[in-house]
Amino acid sequence: MAFTKSLITAAAALVVSGTALADLTIGVSLPLTGPASGLGIPMGNQIKLWPTSIAGEKLKVIVLDDATDPTNGVKNAKRFVTEDKVDLMMGSAATPVAIPMAAVAAEAETVQLAFSPAVLAAGKDGWTFRLPQSNSVMAHAMVALMKKQGVKTVGFLGYTDAYGESWLKDFTAEAEKNGIKVIATERFARSDTSVTAQALKLTSANPDAMLIVASGSGAAMPHMAIVDRGYKGKIYQTHAAASRDLMRVGGKAVEGAYVVSGPAVIAEQLPDSHPSKKVAVEFVSQYEKAYGAGSRNQFAGHAYDAILVLDKAVPIALKKAKPGTREFRVALRDALDSIGRTVVAHGVLNWTKDDHWGFTNETGVMLKVVNGDWKVE
Amino acid sequence: MDLSIVGILLLDGITNGAVYALLGLATVLVFTVTRVIFIPQGEFVAYGALTLAIFQTGKVPGTVWLLLLMALLAAVMDVRLTWQHTRNAPKALKAGVFTLLLPVVVAGLSIWAAPRQFPLLVQALLTVGVVTAFGPLVYRLAYQSLADASSLTLLIVSVGVHFAMTGLGLLFFGAEGFRNPSFWDARFNLGPVAVTGQAVIIVGVSLALIGLLWQFFEHTLYGKALRATAVNRLGARLMGISSHAAGQSTFAMAALIGALSGLLIGPTTTVFYDSGFLIGLKGFVAAVIGGLHSYPVAAVGALFVGLVEAFGSFWASAFKEVIVFTLILPILVWRSMAGGHSEEH
Repeated sequence: MAFTKSLITAAAALVVSGTALADLTIGVSLPLTGPASGLGIPMGNQIKLWPTSIAGEKLKVIVLDDATDPTNGVKNAKRFVTEDKVDLMMGSAATPVAIPMAAVAAEAETVQLAFSPAVLAAGKDGWTFRLPQSNSVMAHAMVALMKKQGVKTVGFLGYTDAYGESWLKDFTAEAEKNGIKVIATERFARSDTSVTAQALKLTSANPDAMLIVASGSGAAMPHMAIVDRGYKGKIYQTHAAASRDLMRVGGKAVEGAYVVSGPAVIAEQLPDSHPSKKVAVEFVSQYEKAYGAGSRNQFAGHAYDAILVLDKAVPIALKKAKPGTREFRVALRDALDSIGRTVVAHGVLNWTKDDHWGFTNETGVMLKVVNGDWKVE
Repeated sequence: MDLSIVGILLLDGITNGAVYALLGLATVLVFTVTRVIFIPQGEFVAYGALTLAIFQTGKVPGTVWLLLLMALLAAVMDVRLTWQHTRNAPKALKAGVFTLLLPVVVAGLSIWAAPRQFPLLVQALLTVGVVTAFGPLVYRLAYQSLADASSLTLLIVSVGVHFAMTGLGLLFFGAEGFRNPSFWDARFNLGPVAVTGQAVIIVGVSLALIGLLWQFFEHTLYGKALRATAVNRLGARLMGISSHAAGQSTFAMAALIGALSGLLIGPTTTVFYDSGFLIGLKGFVAAVIGGLHSYPVAAVGALFVGLVEAFGSFWASAFKEVIVFTLILPILVWRSMAGGHSEEH
């Protein structure tokens, strides 16, 4: 609570002091409370570490809490464009909140940097740029390792929700290109008491590898069920499972699992050849200096990346117009549309007019669980 | 599909079915005595499993503080009620202290024991104590003043209590799940099927609890009093059976059953703050199969639900829940065709 208050006061102070007309105004809507607060709070922490100016323009940052509620997110977005007259908005960290915000952004012709992998209908994301990686980029890294290990057949065990569905789609497409077949597909829900039956069916199909699509601690139960059935092949997990909760709940059973992850949280372990290594190390050391060792997380990384992107795009936009005008907002969008290869903590971005997801295939990193810790594969 | 697969699926279905049976019985029990369709039954399961998980980390679970808070509220309500009826201050205070006593003792013990990292069984016992103490308080705060309202009103209250308990669960336990250590790590090989010690415990405890409940209702005065309330509330009241006390003890039993179920499934799956709802709902399906009044039919129905679930996930895992919950439709049709049910009011 104290944190939220201090953010609000900070925002209010900025509003009061921000009289200079040419300030660059950013409206940020974050889930500081509610179910997605675990994502929003670290982002808020990173925003406190933002620089005070970009390309010589003073930054005016307004942070509002959307409480993980789409209605609040829309309200915040409307406030940003009508009252605060922002030059761009950011957020939200929760996908269901970010999606309706995109409509407001498009209507007001204001750039939105989404902190969540919001899937929008074709043509609706003209003003929305996403900072998290898409599943297909992650699937690319995973399939590359499978190919190297000689995996030919894969069994799929995933959530019966949008996350499981989109992974199945993206993974199958990527795998088929590389001659890998998904030979069995089973589903489960996070709250299921048992996945024994699914594990039985998958192990009797006996694929070379299993892919489990689940998040956090929910990824451990299916993994243990498959190991329990005596499966000896390789087991893969997605980036939603790339948290310590997997080892906390799974213990010895998840030993040897392959997990795909973004580069930000494993900065020091990245091979020197990984393009994001330098930036990721900078992010991690800055964040942990402020919030203590081990406090790093992928969500703060998105907030860090937002500034890296603006550092590159704002100077280009400034050549065409001054902040606070419609011309500037259009120029900013055009600058982001043609941003070119940009290295950020979470990988390598390359937004184009037709692709507002933008992470290149160099992004995903494969980890292996060794002795209850991550090891880069 | 060969015999060993059938064996494993049967075992899986029976283990889950045993837990659903307990919850189904609790649902029938609560409905017959108080006419409440107790949707939050599953929340006690999640509270049980997660409270133990937090004890395991050596911290005081948030449920303990919630227990104290609810006890305080209930005590204030009791003092006020007694004062309004009797205008007798000592009597009113006594009523309040009476309500506070047990929850405060349980909470005090928990706070004292939490950092001391006692063996698993002691912590399990404390967990059962904490969660069971919730039962009467939930009844006191949410249902008691509405005891004579229609079933529909009580159902609406249940939905509210369910949301409140899930929300508080998120606050206390966080969004990530926990898996408890197994009570018994043994493994037995019956042909191709490996039976885990935990599965033996689940089936054993369920059977024992069902037996105890049967003994209680058939052979004790208190059990008979509860049954009398279930048959006719007004008549029971005229015979000197307090319907409030009956309601509170019924809820205590429901919470006890929920807590035990939570301890039973905690080591077999990852439990989240909101896991209880679906588990409770499957118990509810079993209770509906039993027409919300027959214990044996509910228990058999629960085993049926467990088996359908196991085989359903084997054949069509994407439609597992659909299969389980669609089951309820033909059963409702059959029950209403068979008729023979009477509305008491």
